[in-house]
Amino acid sequence: MTIKLGVPSKGRLMEKTFEWFGARGITLARSGSDREYAGVVDGIEGVSLVLLSAGEIPRELAAGRIHLGVTGTDLVHEKLALWDQSVIAVEEMGFGHADLILAVPAAWTDVDTLHDLDAAAAAFRGVHGHRLRVATKYHRLVREFLRGAGVADYALVDSQGATEGTVANETAEAIADITSTGDTLRANHLKVLSDGVILRSQATLWKSRAAALDADERTSLEVLMARLG
Amino acid sequence: MTVTRGDTNALAARLRAGFEAQGAQAVEPPILQPADTLLDLYGEDIRARAYVTSDALRGEQMLRPDFTVPVVQMHMAHGADPARYTYAGEVFRRQEHDADRANEFVQVGYEVFERDDPAASDAEVFALIAGALGDLPVRAVTGDIGVLMAVVNGLDTSDLRKNALMRHIWRPRRFRALLERFATDRGVPEFAASDAPLVGARRQHEIDARIAALTADAEVPPIPARDVDLIAALLDISAPMPDALGRLHDLSVDLPAIVPAVARVAARQEALAARGVNVSKLAFDASYGRTSMEYYDGFVFGFAAVERPDLSLLASGGRYDALTRRLGGGGREIPAVGGVMRPGVMLELGATL
Repeated sequence: MTIKLGVPSKGRLMEKTFEWFGARGITLARSGSDREYAGVVDGIEGVSLVLLSAGEIPRELAAGRIHLGVTGTDLVHEKLALWDQSVIAVEEMGFGHADLILAVPAAWTDVDTLHDLDAAAAAFRGVHGHRLRVATKYHRLVREFLRGAGVADYALVDSQGATEGTVANETAEAIADITSTGDTLRANHLKVLSDGVILRSQATLWKSRAAALDADERTSLEVLMARLG
Repeated sequence: MTVTRGDTNALAARLRAGFEAQGAQAVEPPILQPADTLLDLYGEDIRARAYVTSDALRGEQMLRPDFTVPVVQMHMAHGADPARYTYAGEVFRRQEHDADRANEFVQVGYEVFERDDPAASDAEVFALIAGALGDLPVRAVTGDIGVLMAVVNGLDTSDLRKNALMRHIWRPRRFRALLERFATDRGVPEFAASDAPLVGARRQHEIDARIAALTADAEVPPIPARDVDLIAALLDISAPMPDALGRLHDLSVDLPAIVPAVARVAARQEALAARGVNVSKLAFDASYGRTSMEYYDGFVFGFAAVERPDLSLLASGGRYDALTRRLGGGGREIPAVGGVMRPGVMLELGATL
């Protein structure tokens, strides 16, 4: 059988991944039409390409259904509890840079740090009768970050998209989201807390700790690793 | 020998019957609890500890992470006064950091709601649970969150600082960081201007109010190093109860605010002795219970297996007067103390003896 390599199935992340492997003499491509999610691998034996949503790659790695996978640090840390027991980071790939950050309205001149946010949250709860809401889709990472910092009196509200807009819409008072440039934050009149970087993420090649290997697959993996390293 | 669910349920039934024989009324709160009450009490942390589920009709529900909250709600709604309750059943806890810890286990509990003699109620709960643990090789530790709360209340500083410290009594790291911050002269606070339009539900007057409060608070002198040292000395107390009480009495010379709280510890020691507890061997640890769920505000205790640090506590509990106030509505409050036992852990320990 072959080594299964999971790669994001569309967009810039897929293109950059293809380029990264191409620079190492391994050609990855989608087979057939643009609409078909099947892939071909040239330049190395015994490796097959599996095209997946970047968000599903952590789960597939943890389950051992793929041997290697390309996805962001943020997704691995958010989706896998005890992620370091499920996967090994093989290579940081140098693209897909994005930080998970905590941001509040820029006009909150009294709030610059997590300490301020905690104090403001306590007062907010007193005035409004509910907790200060933080909109995010990264529930676990944000909760652990805020717990570690000792921030109380907040509540997470789920936001799967357009998260920066939740503050102006008054469905949240603060947000935690991925930002690569900060333009969207500024456009929505938000600022990052000075100690509000939760995670620095980039596209990373991961190896599953769970996927079984037979003798042929082990050889293929060693050859592949030698080419990448 | 592995402990079966049947063994655990049989022991749980015996323990509950024992509490019923002491006059407790058996109650059976539902497994599914409305999420909003628990979220309001514990905040977002509860989501990391409890399983959340939902339906379109009732909204978010939680698999009960403990019995105390539903028992208190039931009592505050229509309980007699005084009252004693017992219960046995599963509780559910998410485990995201340690796959070896159980995410579903049986608890048996005993809760006392009584106004007259809190020391006697504390001793009653502790002694009944100690008795029910029988000859198992366990070590009890006690503490009292009320002493630390009394110190904070008695500090010669602003209400802003006291309230901040009080909010974080149960988060030791944050508490220490705040204490250090308030013990340092940080000068006049500066606030960078912003020309961004204000968005969101937090209004300008709230921002202005906090800036005014911080500016005024900067005039308050730092908490003296002497008080910081006294708090450290208090939290450092870990000794058999009579020695610990001696040190608490010594500290109360410099911290007169803790005199009533220390008197409560002394009264409890007497009540425990009257119940036949060997208090000269009973550990008192002033920082015990600070990292548990934030509702204990007085007496706290736990029983751990002596030579099995890998096992969870066999029993634990404490006083939670403030919880009855928060769940009671309309400012009603009743002094309450209770504890839970883990029959599954008792059997696991017993099986290896």
